[in-house]
Amino acid sequence: MSTTEVRALSAPERRRKRGIITMGSLGAFALILFGLLPKTSAPVTFNFVLGNEWVLTRERIVDSKSGALVFAVIALLAVLLSVLQFRARKTIRFASGLFGASFLMSFLCWAAAGKFIPFTGLLQGALFLSVPLIFGAMAGVLSERSGVINIAIEGQLLAGAFMSGVIASLTQNKIAGLLVAPFAGAAIAWLLAVFAIKYGIDQVVLGFVLNVLVIGLTGFLYKKLLIPYQSTWNSGGTFAPIEIPILAKIPVIGPIFFSQNIIVYLMYAAVILIHVALFKSKWGLRTRAVGEHPTAAESVGIDVNKIRFRNVLIAGAVAGLGGAFFTLGAVGSFSKEMTAGKGFIALAALIFGRWSPLGAVAAALIFGFADNLQGLLTITGTPIPSEFMLMAPYIATIIAVSGFVGKVRAPAADGIAYKRGGGSH
Amino acid sequence: MNLKKLILPALSFAMALFVSGLLVAFSDSNVLALKSQPLEMISKAFATAGAAYWALFRGSIFDPQLAQDSFIHGFYPFSETLVAASPLILTGLSVALAFRAGLFNIGAQGQFIAGAIGASWVGFTFDLPVGIHVVAAIVAAMLFSGLYGGFVGLLKARTGAHEVIVTIMLNYVAGYFLLWLLSTTAFLRPGRQDPLAPEVGPNARLPLLFGSDLRANFGFIVALIAAAAIWWLLNRSTWGFRFRAVGANAAASRTAGISVARVTTSVMFIAGALAGLGGAVQILGSEPAMTAGVGGSFGFDAITVALLGRATPIGTVFAALLFGALRAGGLTMQASTETPLDLVLVIQALVVLFIAAPALIKSLFRLKNVDAGETVASKGWNG
Repeated sequence: MSTTEVRALSAPERRRKRGIITMGSLGAFALILFGLLPKTSAPVTFNFVLGNEWVLTRERIVDSKSGALVFAVIALLAVLLSVLQFRARKTIRFASGLFGASFLMSFLCWAAAGKFIPFTGLLQGALFLSVPLIFGAMAGVLSERSGVINIAIEGQLLAGAFMSGVIASLTQNKIAGLLVAPFAGAAIAWLLAVFAIKYGIDQVVLGFVLNVLVIGLTGFLYKKLLIPYQSTWNSGGTFAPIEIPILAKIPVIGPIFFSQNIIVYLMYAAVILIHVALFKSKWGLRTRAVGEHPTAAESVGIDVNKIRFRNVLIAGAVAGLGGAFFTLGAVGSFSKEMTAGKGFIALAALIFGRWSPLGAVAAALIFGFADNLQGLLTITGTPIPSEFMLMAPYIATIIAVSGFVGKVRAPAADGIAYKRGGGSH
Repeated sequence: MNLKKLILPALSFAMALFVSGLLVAFSDSNVLALKSQPLEMISKAFATAGAAYWALFRGSIFDPQLAQDSFIHGFYPFSETLVAASPLILTGLSVALAFRAGLFNIGAQGQFIAGAIGASWVGFTFDLPVGIHVVAAIVAAMLFSGLYGGFVGLLKARTGAHEVIVTIMLNYVAGYFLLWLLSTTAFLRPGRQDPLAPEVGPNARLPLLFGSDLRANFGFIVALIAAAAIWWLLNRSTWGFRFRAVGANAAASRTAGISVARVTTSVMFIAGALAGLGGAVQILGSEPAMTAGVGGSFGFDAITVALLGRATPIGTVFAALLFGALRAGGLTMQASTETPLDLVLVIQALVVLFIAAPALIKSLFRLKNVDAGETVASKGWNG
């Protein structure tokens, strides 16, 4: 008995150990580079917005060198805590979170020496940039948990962005555009479902080709119709932010989470709904069964391919809705390839978050934060070239998938077509 | 070669052209203006799509108008097709080789950029004798990109980091690294502010194939040699056997004593070097001054080429020629008929989609006994 127990525990434990080593070296790196090496020190101004009134702000001024030093030490203490938790055979989730936050603060103190950091705005912008990533990652969760790999997230986002922008412009009604977006995403997902489930085509290849198809189609129509007839075809506009009464008045948190536009609120609803449904409902149980062991699922009377088909369509609809954020939520008009690879980043978030809805959301938020931080630091100016700042989220992802996540395990039947009467295993 | 094998690709291509033709015709304002007269609308639709495809042909194979100056000049478009196809063959081979070993290399883009950086740097920094310079530039390109690709394989072998994610991320890293390089004094052309490297030296250029009027260069021959080498590697060598064995069944190969980790690393090294050779051919052949956009859409195109070519070296060469022709012709089509270049992407995607779904084409044309060949299968996340 003891041998099986050791084997069952060893994989995640090895991963944790590797994670702790990574964190330890990053922490030491922060201590030396951000805290000890800089010869001069300058004040950093952090600005917090208290209510929904942007005039109500509070400023905290920190000395850059001592700030970086203090946060680097906190990060190292978090590593120590994770070691203790590891010894006690507990998860190191809290310690890693603490580590990540203090590492970033240490970096921020160093990078923004002598500068002004609008802290609330930084987080608000981070949430804004992660919205499409979260929608995309949710689309990934829905389809991959049922056993269909969804590389076509990028295409579904782009289709949603295009159709919502065009319909909102033609009807001069943003709600109409928003309502069409899920159908656009679902149309692409329908192609994925038909070819992958009915014809059994390789899903990674198929998803990739669908992306190319959508990029080509939307690019073609953009140049042919949207540029020459811009006022009728491409002037949808954006949704104004809606402030949720009371909640929006909470200091710092209010302006970040409850003063956003309708698509962001739909995102909260989608995340909660998907998380609860996946782990608490009959549909969720079936979805996971079909994704892990379709033969067993069929033996108790579940129609594997029907569940998969439906899940892929829902996934497409969710991604399509997320696509509407590009046009109706952010920019107001469509432009060629405006999703700019966000679908692939969403895919990374899905894997980073180990195929769980909340994990994927956390990963998407980290990516969004890194993206926004990079933008802010490029404007204020940093000691390192902006191109390296732009690289940082991608390098962080590589470090994460090779250090923290290690050998990821997708749903067991993910990507394998199922033929009735068993036989995928 | 069995002729029956060509039926399916040919029908797929015809179907893709047909569907794209509909798109061209029915997004045209002149066609849409004839809504009330269906017959005239149909004939106008045919004329519109026909004009676009005629321009596509003129831009990729033979232009009668150019032939009036001198007959060889009429083949200027065909030479452009060869120029466009050369890097496509090499990047396509990169993806195809990885496919055969069960790896999905989405990173041809980044590896291409790494190769272009290597070739460009050696090309404009050093001053070497004829022959040696171009070889040195190619070796540098393949070394840079090989290491860039091999890193992915090593990471997968050591830590299990999935190559799809790592290559996607490395594509972005390579793009930004290039952007940074082009802002440094070492790479920025003196007196310029925009990201543009100096031209590579004359000795580093690949020689032209058909005289100074046509741009077709020795890069095409390099690509063909690489295809032959990969064919030999895959079908005639022990290493190739190991690659294919791991691609077919990694667990069984491990049991049989093949080091899967070593195979993964070396396949990704070679795949990276091939894509980087594509970058070198681009720089030393047709675009001697590297820009920030040198990577273009080679990552995407490489995958569609490898898929259409069914991940075989010979198939990849023909697929790259076809897509190279679409690319070269697409520019003429865009210029002379106002049909956006993006149509080429639509055609590419549709061809691959139809090819990948032989059941669909078979049922559409009521075909029986057609050899569908092997379809490329990648490995899922757990592979």
